[in-house]
Amino acid sequence: METPLALTIGVLVAAAAYLLLARDLPRVLLGFVLLGNAANLTIFAAGRIGTMTPPLVEYGALALTADAANPLPQALVLTAIVIGFGLAAFALVLVMRAHAEFGSVHAEDMDAAEAPDEPATQAPSPPEDSIPARREAA
Amino acid sequence: MHAPELILLLPLLLGIAAAIVVACLRPAQAAPVGAATAAVCFALYLGLAGGAPVSAAFWAVPSLGVSGGLRLDGLAALFALLITGIGTLVLLYAGSYLKGDPRLTRLVVLLLVFMVAMLGSVTANDVITLFIFWELTSLTSFFLVAYDHEKLEARKAALQALLITGGGGLALLAGLILVAIAAGTTSLTGIIAAREAVLAHPAAVPAMLLVILGAFTKSAQFPFHFWLPNAMAAPTPVSAYLHSATMVKLGIYLLARFSPVYGDEALWQGLLTWTGLLTALVAAVLAFRETDLKRVLAYTTVTALGTLTMLLGLAPELSAMAAVTFLTVHALYKAALFLTAGILDHETGTRDASALGGLRGVMPWTAAAAVLAALSMAGLPPFLGFVGKEIVYEAAVAADGGAGLIVLGAFLVNTAGVAIAGLLSWRIFFGARPATPKAPHDPPIAMLAGPVVLATFGLLAGLAPSLLGGWLLDGAAASILGHPPTTYLALWHGFTPILALSVVTVLLGALLTLFWPRLMRGLQASRALDRFGPGHGYDRALAGIVACAEATTAMVQHGSLRGYIRLLLLVAALGPLVVLIAYDGAAWPADPVLDPRALAFGMIAAGAVATAIARGTLAAVMALGLVGFGAAIVFLTFGAPDVALTQFTVEVLLVVILATVLLRLPVHGRDTRTTRQRSGDAVVAVVMGSSVALLLLAVLAAPFDPRLGDWFGQNSVPGGHGQNVVNVILVDFRALDTLGEIAVLAIAAFAVIALLRGVARPLRRGN
Repeated sequence: METPLALTIGVLVAAAAYLLLARDLPRVLLGFVLLGNAANLTIFAAGRIGTMTPPLVEYGALALTADAANPLPQALVLTAIVIGFGLAAFALVLVMRAHAEFGSVHAEDMDAAEAPDEPATQAPSPPEDSIPARREAA
Repeated sequence: MHAPELILLLPLLLGIAAAIVVACLRPAQAAPVGAATAAVCFALYLGLAGGAPVSAAFWAVPSLGVSGGLRLDGLAALFALLITGIGTLVLLYAGSYLKGDPRLTRLVVLLLVFMVAMLGSVTANDVITLFIFWELTSLTSFFLVAYDHEKLEARKAALQALLITGGGGLALLAGLILVAIAAGTTSLTGIIAAREAVLAHPAAVPAMLLVILGAFTKSAQFPFHFWLPNAMAAPTPVSAYLHSATMVKLGIYLLARFSPVYGDEALWQGLLTWTGLLTALVAAVLAFRETDLKRVLAYTTVTALGTLTMLLGLAPELSAMAAVTFLTVHALYKAALFLTAGILDHETGTRDASALGGLRGVMPWTAAAAVLAALSMAGLPPFLGFVGKEIVYEAAVAADGGAGLIVLGAFLVNTAGVAIAGLLSWRIFFGARPATPKAPHDPPIAMLAGPVVLATFGLLAGLAPSLLGGWLLDGAAASILGHPPTTYLALWHGFTPILALSVVTVLLGALLTLFWPRLMRGLQASRALDRFGPGHGYDRALAGIVACAEATTAMVQHGSLRGYIRLLLLVAALGPLVVLIAYDGAAWPADPVLDPRALAFGMIAAGAVATAIARGTLAAVMALGLVGFGAAIVFLTFGAPDVALTQFTVEVLLVVILATVLLRLPVHGRDTRTTRQRSGDAVVAVVMGSSVALLLLAVLAAPFDPRLGDWFGQNSVPGGHGQNVVNVILVDFRALDTLGEIAVLAIAAFAVIALLRGVARPLRRGN
C-alpha cells in the first residue's frame, strides 16, 4: 500500500505547487493547505503503514502488540494538523487584510511598500477607513 | 609594571588620553593641547633613541601561540621621532590654518588617534598588534581625507584610499598569518630569528607576495599609486602629516622590517627594485602634468616612495643606510614643502603653481623656509638632501643586476626632483608677481614654525651628517641589516664620478624648471594618460561591482511572488532529484498488494487535481474538502482513529471558514494566469510532484528502524499509565511540544484578531 500512497502524495504536491504559483492569493492559500495535507500524509507514510490496528495497549497488558500501528507519526501528525489549521486561518486573514488595504487579491498589486523612491500616491488608493497611518501617507 | 613596559606604553596612553581630553575642549584650545601632547611623546622617544633596543611583552594567548608586545629598536625609534616630531609641528600648524573652523576639535582628535596608531604600528613587536594599528591608520586616514565630507570629491577620495589600503591590509593580514605559522611565533623578533623556517615553508612565496601587496598599497606603489594624489582632498596639515611624512611610509617600514627575512631572495629584490623604479618614474612624469601645488607634491611623494622601495630591493648591505637616510631627508623637506603650500593657499587664496610668482617680497619667511626645503629636495650641498642623494647614487651604482638601468632611472627621478624643487621655490617666490585672490603676507608664527624648523633641521643635519648618522640612522640601518652598518654618512666624499652625476642632475633639473610651463601643457594635452591609467581601472572596477550587485539584486529580488515561489519549488524539486540520480538512490518499496483502502487515495488525488483546475472559488474549496476527507479516511483505515477524528473536525471547520470568507471577497474566482503561464506552472508542478514521490518511494524502500515507536509502545503503560499510546506521547512524553503548539495557536488567534480590526467593516459594506 506504500507505493500508491507515495504516488498520491506526488499528485497532491503537484496540485499544491500549481496553486502556489497562481497570481491570486486565495488560490495560493488553497495550495498552502494542500501542501499541509501532503506533509501530514508523508509523515504518516514514513512511519510505515499497512496495519489497521490502532496503537492501543490491551487492557491489562504492558506493551503494544506487534501488529499495532506506529504511534509516533500519529502523534506528530495530530500536532501538525492543528498547527496547519492555525496557519491557514492566519494566512486567510492576511489575504482579507490585504484585500481591504489594496482592493486587490493579486500579489503584483501589493508592491506599494517596496518602492521607497516612488510617490506614495502611486499605490492603489485604499478604502476610506483603513488604518489612519496610510491615509496620512497618501 | 616594569619600567620598559611603562615607557613604551606611555606615549600610546598619553595620546589616547589627550584625544579624550581634546574632544571636550573648544576648537581654539584643541590644537595647542594636541601639539603639547605630541611634543611630550617626542621628548620621551628622544630620551630612548640611540640606546639599546627596549622591548616589553603585554599580552599572550598561549593556546593560539600568540603573544603581543612593543619593541623600540633603531628603525622604530627613527619612525617614532618622525611621527611625534612632525606631529607636533603639524598640530601647531593646524590650529592656525583652520582657525575658526568648528570642526577643528574633531580634526585634532583624529590626528592624535592617528599618531597613536602610527606609534603602535612601528613599535609593535608582534604581527597581530602591528596589523591592528596598521588598519587603524587606514581608518583614521579615511576620516581625515573625508574632512570636507560635504564635497563629493572628498568622499570619493576617502573611499578610494580606504578601499585600496584596506584591501591591501587584508592581503597583509593573510601574509602575516602565513609567516607566523611558518615561523611558529607571532613575534617579529622571533620571525626574524626563524628566517630559515619562514623561507622553507611551502607557502613562503605566497606569504611574501601578500606582505609585499600590503606594503605596496599602503605606500602607493604602481599600480596603486593613484589614491595618494586623490587623497589631497584632505586639509593641508593632514596631507603633510599622513600622506607625505608618515602613513604612506608605513609600507616602507614594513618592507624594511621584513628585509632581514627576505632581503636576499631574488624575487623580493626583483619585485621591489623594478616596481619601485617604475613607480618613481611614472610619478615623476605625472608630477609635471599638475599645477595644483598639493598634487605636484603628492606625485613627488610617490616618486620618493618608489625610490625607497627600489633601495630596499637592492642588496641590504648597500642600501639600508641609503634607505633610512633618504627616508629622513624626504620626511623633513616634504613636510616643510607641504606646509608651505598650505601657507600659500591660505594667504594667497590659490595653490595653482602657474598663477603664483614673485612672492619673495611679501612673504620673506615663507620664502626662506620654502627655498631651504627645496634646496634639500634638489639635493644641493650642504643640505641633508645632498647627503641622501649621494648615498642613493652610491647604492644604485653598486647594485648587482641592472646597475646601469637603476642608475639611469635614479638619475631621471632625481632630475625631476630638482626641477620640481625649482618650481616650488624659484618660480613661486621669484620673478614677476601676478595678482592673487588675496593680498598675501607672512602667516602667524604657529604656521611658520613647521616649515622653518623642518627646513633648518635639514640644513643643520646636512652640515654634520655623521652626528645624525651615529645617533639615529646607524641604529635604524642596523635594524634592517641585522648588524651595524659598514657605510657611514658624510657631506663630502671628494671628487668622485657620483659627484659629477649630481652636478649633471642639478643642471638638467634647472633647465627643466625653465621650460616647466611648456612641459606641463604638453603633458596635460596628452589624453592617453587619463584613459589608460590604473585610476581609470579602479573606477571601472567599482562601477562593475555596483552594476553586478544591481543585476544580482534585480535577478534575486525581483519583487514577484510567483518568481520567488517558482525558484523555491525548483530548488526543492531538483535537489532531491539530483541526489537520487547521482547516488543511484531511486527505489520502489516491495508491496504491490492493493486493497479497497486505496479508494481513499483515489479520492485524495481526484480532489487535489480538481482543486487545482477548478474555475470558481466555491468549487475549489469543495474539492479541497474532498482531499481533507480523503486524508481522514486514510488515517481511519490505517489504524489512526485519533488523527482521523481531528482531521475530520479541522477539515469541516476549514471548508466552512474558507467558503464563508472567500466568497465574501468581491472578486471573481477565475484563475487569472494566461494559458502560457499555466503550462509553465504545470511543468514546474509536475517536476515538484515527481521529485517528492520518488524521494518518498526511496525512503519507503529503505529498511525501517522501529526502535522509537517500540520504545513508546513499551513505556506508555509503565511510564505514562495510559493505554492510548498516541495520547500518552502527546500529553506526557512530549507534553512540552503540546504546550508549545497551544501557545502557537493562541498567538495565531491574537494575530487574527489584530488583523481583523478595520477589515470587518469594509467586508460588511462590500456585502
